[in-house]
Amino acid sequence: MSARWIRLVLGGLFGAVIIAGLYFPILKQRVKQTAKIQPQSEEQARRELTQSLTANPTEARVKAKLFWAANAHDGSLAPVTIDLPLSSDPALRAKQVLNTLLAGPADPELRTVPPDAVLLAFYLLPDGTGIADFSEAMASSIPSGIESEQRAVDSITHTLAANVPQVTRLKILIHGQEVETLAGHLDLTGSFAVNPRAAQAAAAPQPDPLTSSSSPAPPLTPESGSRQTYAATREQPTNSRKP
Amino acid sequence: MLLKVRNRDDKQPRSMAQNSFRYACFALFVMTATFLAISGQSSTQAPTDSAPASVAPQSANPQTPTAAYSDPQQVRPGLNIVVLDPAHGGTDTGARGTGGIRESEIVLQFVLHVRRALEAQGFQVIQTRMANENPSFDDRSAMANAQIGAVFVSLHVSSTGLPGTVRVYVNSDLPGSAGGRQTSGLIPWDRAQAPFLVLSHKLGDFVQGNLAVRFRGSPGTAQASAIRQLRTTAAPAIAVEISSVSVNDRADLDRMAPGVADAIARGITDFRPSYVVAGVPGGLR
Repeated sequence: MSARWIRLVLGGLFGAVIIAGLYFPILKQRVKQTAKIQPQSEEQARRELTQSLTANPTEARVKAKLFWAANAHDGSLAPVTIDLPLSSDPALRAKQVLNTLLAGPADPELRTVPPDAVLLAFYLLPDGTGIADFSEAMASSIPSGIESEQRAVDSITHTLAANVPQVTRLKILIHGQEVETLAGHLDLTGSFAVNPRAAQAAAAPQPDPLTSSSSPAPPLTPESGSRQTYAATREQPTNSRKP
Repeated sequence: MLLKVRNRDDKQPRSMAQNSFRYACFALFVMTATFLAISGQSSTQAPTDSAPASVAPQSANPQTPTAAYSDPQQVRPGLNIVVLDPAHGGTDTGARGTGGIRESEIVLQFVLHVRRALEAQGFQVIQTRMANENPSFDDRSAMANAQIGAVFVSLHVSSTGLPGTVRVYVNSDLPGSAGGRQTSGLIPWDRAQAPFLVLSHKLGDFVQGNLAVRFRGSPGTAQASAIRQLRTTAAPAIAVEISSVSVNDRADLDRMAPGVADAIARGITDFRPSYVVAGVPGGLR
């Protein structure tokens, strides 16, 4: 009796070893596949998501106005009109135009923002405040200086004003955090005025977002070709830190 | 008789003890009165000693003139002090050129020229930093905020811009800039610049006008920008940015220093009459 039980147990154990031996290569392959997925950072995943936003073929193509540098020497901006498939949803639309702005103009000297900067997220609050969350490269790679930092913010606010009328103010975050300055000069603790006319209209009856988003906002800036220095207006700081 | 004598003898030592007790009490009283008088005098002096410190918490600055806030009546009305701020410093080098030019070093040299030009015009000059150190934005603002009759000039060298040009910036509009100071008389620290924006624009235009004469290609008037350093400064405040660290030869920047210094000193001198507010000695305080 006991010898029979021993044989049964040994047989069972032998079978388990064979099954484990067969399963081990499959398990090893699965571990390797998981290891390949892990190195892809969260930022890369976001970049892929935002890239897919601009490549939706079902969206209507409209003439978007983007503001890049007018020349390489001063802080002036010049609008450039580009045909883009833009969403009717204001937050998506803002992402699309900002991603195109970040991609840069044909002449890299006319860039206003660092080439490695990425828009991580864009939120639109009900009061018209847009919150743009950029990667750390926006702060670390931008040339330090009042003029260069002001030009970067102006290009963002003017591009939003021309293409997304629902955005009335803009708050800039760096990697999800509020920072004191962009690169040592420009104050990011407050928000920037984007579309003052829309802010005034918000007090009046609300326009239909679908119809208003299909047409570009009335330009706050001179037409293409003119060169003018723009200054974004800083509004009330959102934090009231006191030393 | 003998008893009486004994009694007298017994009484004598008692009266001596009483006398000595009285003397001791008197001495103790005198000592206590003297102590109270001394301590009372020092306690009445204490508030007067601490008063200037409460008015000007930044009196730790060795350059801060005590006369400026200890007796405002003795100060000449209007603009007397210029707070010069060489931006960045310490680990924060600011803009860096490909030729190794660092903004934090260049601005220190420019400040020396500006200081000399201002002192020649009779201004008292305070620097927010003297060497390679990096006070915080608030520490720099506090040096100006502790003064009466001061203006604040922050010096920068940019990464970009047409080499050989200089731009003057004032803070963008802040809440409360139109209505002046609050009814309480206190200015919120985080928007201390608001009541001074009109004066800052005037000062900026004067300085920019003088710079435009000397440096071709510079704008004619001051520009508005949301500059963090200026926001917490409770005085007419401007930022002067020189282009740029991208020059091939550092001598090109060094040659600009005397012209920049002269233009700033002349601009502030031109602004001086605008700074006096009627009935308030020492400007806006």
